[in-house]
Amino acid sequence: MTGSVKSTRDAYGEALVEVGAENEDVVVLDADVSKATKTDGFARAFPERFFNCGCAEQNMMGIAAGLALTGKVPFVSTFAVFASCRALDQVRNTIAYPKLNVKIAATHAGITMGADGPSHQSIEDIAIMKAIPNMTVIVPADAVETGKVVRTAAASDGPFYIRLGRVAVPSVTDVNQPFHVGRGVLMQRGGDVTIVACGIMTVAALEAARSLGHKRIRATVIHLPTVKPLDEELIILSAQETGAMVVAEEHTVIGGLGSDIARLLGRHIPVPFEQVGIMDTFAESGEPWELMEKYRLTSEEIVRAVEKVIERKKRGLTPGYRSG
Amino acid sequence: MRERVASGTTRRTGVADLERKARILRCHIIRMLCTAGSGHPGGALSSADIVAALFFRHLKHHPSEPDWPDRDRFILSKGHSAPLLYAALAECGYFPVAELKTLRKINSRLQGHPHMRKTPGVEASTGSLGQGLSIGCGMALGARLNKRKYRVHVLLGDGELQEGQIWEAAMFASHYRLSNLVAIVDLNRLQVDGPTNRVMSLDPLPDKWKAFGWRCIIINGHDMRQILSTLAEAEQEHKRPVVILAETVKGKGVSFMENQVDWHGRVPNAEETARALDELSGTRS
Repeated sequence: MTGSVKSTRDAYGEALVEVGAENEDVVVLDADVSKATKTDGFARAFPERFFNCGCAEQNMMGIAAGLALTGKVPFVSTFAVFASCRALDQVRNTIAYPKLNVKIAATHAGITMGADGPSHQSIEDIAIMKAIPNMTVIVPADAVETGKVVRTAAASDGPFYIRLGRVAVPSVTDVNQPFHVGRGVLMQRGGDVTIVACGIMTVAALEAARSLGHKRIRATVIHLPTVKPLDEELIILSAQETGAMVVAEEHTVIGGLGSDIARLLGRHIPVPFEQVGIMDTFAESGEPWELMEKYRLTSEEIVRAVEKVIERKKRGLTPGYRSG
Repeated sequence: MRERVASGTTRRTGVADLERKARILRCHIIRMLCTAGSGHPGGALSSADIVAALFFRHLKHHPSEPDWPDRDRFILSKGHSAPLLYAALAECGYFPVAELKTLRKINSRLQGHPHMRKTPGVEASTGSLGQGLSIGCGMALGARLNKRKYRVHVLLGDGELQEGQIWEAAMFASHYRLSNLVAIVDLNRLQVDGPTNRVMSLDPLPDKWKAFGWRCIIINGHDMRQILSTLAEAEQEHKRPVVILAETVKGKGVSFMENQVDWHGRVPNAEETARALDELSGTRS
């Protein structure tokens, strides 16, 4: 593993200060969690452009809409669970419907938010945000990519949902590779199977690919920072090349990245397919990595899924259906 | 630089003219809803005088230039009164009056609730109650950051005040001292399921706003002179946001709709429409 270890929320906080220095129209809103979301750096650097909204996420989304309507570029931060659930109607009706230039950067996503437990662990935010028309959904893998995403979002028009994590993760993306909305990143190429991942699971996908290499299974690894709009071409071409696909995400398997890819494959090239994700359950309190183990968001789980799809590919089998 | 003149008519439109405009708006509302076959007459009729005062006299705006940066902003937070807003915008010249009959129809620019991306002059998309005041706070804050002098007016329903987000926004506005923000409450005391104080009591309403740090002014929402003088008075407040509690009659102007809760969301048939227009055009009072 190369690169530094840093959380995407830390990278977000640093990037915000940079874009704030470059663009006076950038303003930041937070709902009393600025130390955790890391918007406090921006608050110190540009206090006149930082607005704490208190514990009032719904109002905060409306404030952001109003500011966008005056030409400002608001970045709105709170925990992912509150951005996507608590303030959903506001995000949908006042931001997404009129396609306003609001950037929702939501931290503490997924079960790696850890000990606070399921009330604070956002496991369905990708599904929710992705379902809203006009919304662009980005799930960066690491700190390096997060910086690029924040700069791109600040320079793009329209609503963005940027999903960020609490825990430090190794940087695996290439500093020199530009980020483009809607474009996936081919991390490595192999002929036997494609592993697609976003966010924190991209690291696990690369680890899985290494383990598979020891078993002489060559895996293509695609990192998809943009969950919506989906890089359909990259996925279809890779499915054609490898004939089997596994999708991994720190999210419920219902309605997330895996669901969209399954839909895409079903339409164009129905290759053997498996998902690694949270199996329609609330998790629990615990250390992030304990939770990843218990809820099977690991490279080992990806390896197991790959072995299943490769077996099916070899035998030309469709997965057997067992009810219940 | 071109000199800017205010409003769809003129800054000096007289009280009698405004009262006539309000009657015209009410006639449009009745016709539009009859044609549409669904919608909400009661609250549109109750706030027609306020909207007439704003659009034909108080607001600085240019219908020929909807994006004029210094225009005053108006947000219809009670988005179900959309026909009233559309009627005012059409009468100002934002789009042809003939288009009003397309309300709620397929391919129309006039959605059931206001949508800023479809209708010229609509400043924000509203309809899900309780959200307009927050948007107004953001705009008022944006005006301050951009060093612009325009003012922001948000029209709220009284039933809408039961939404918690209203009070989040009320806290925000006073915390950030948004004195360029005016909230106007159409206090008609009826909502879908009955009288507001039976469904979910709002009283003591002035005390609530005052406790949230707002200057609160109570007026008769059908008295044109009082509406105008209060809007002017609100402009003189430089420390805190202002809320105008406008006491109104739901269904105002149409005798059989006045104070009748059923007319919140029921539209008139052809016969009722004829009677309503008859009354509004002044042959009966």
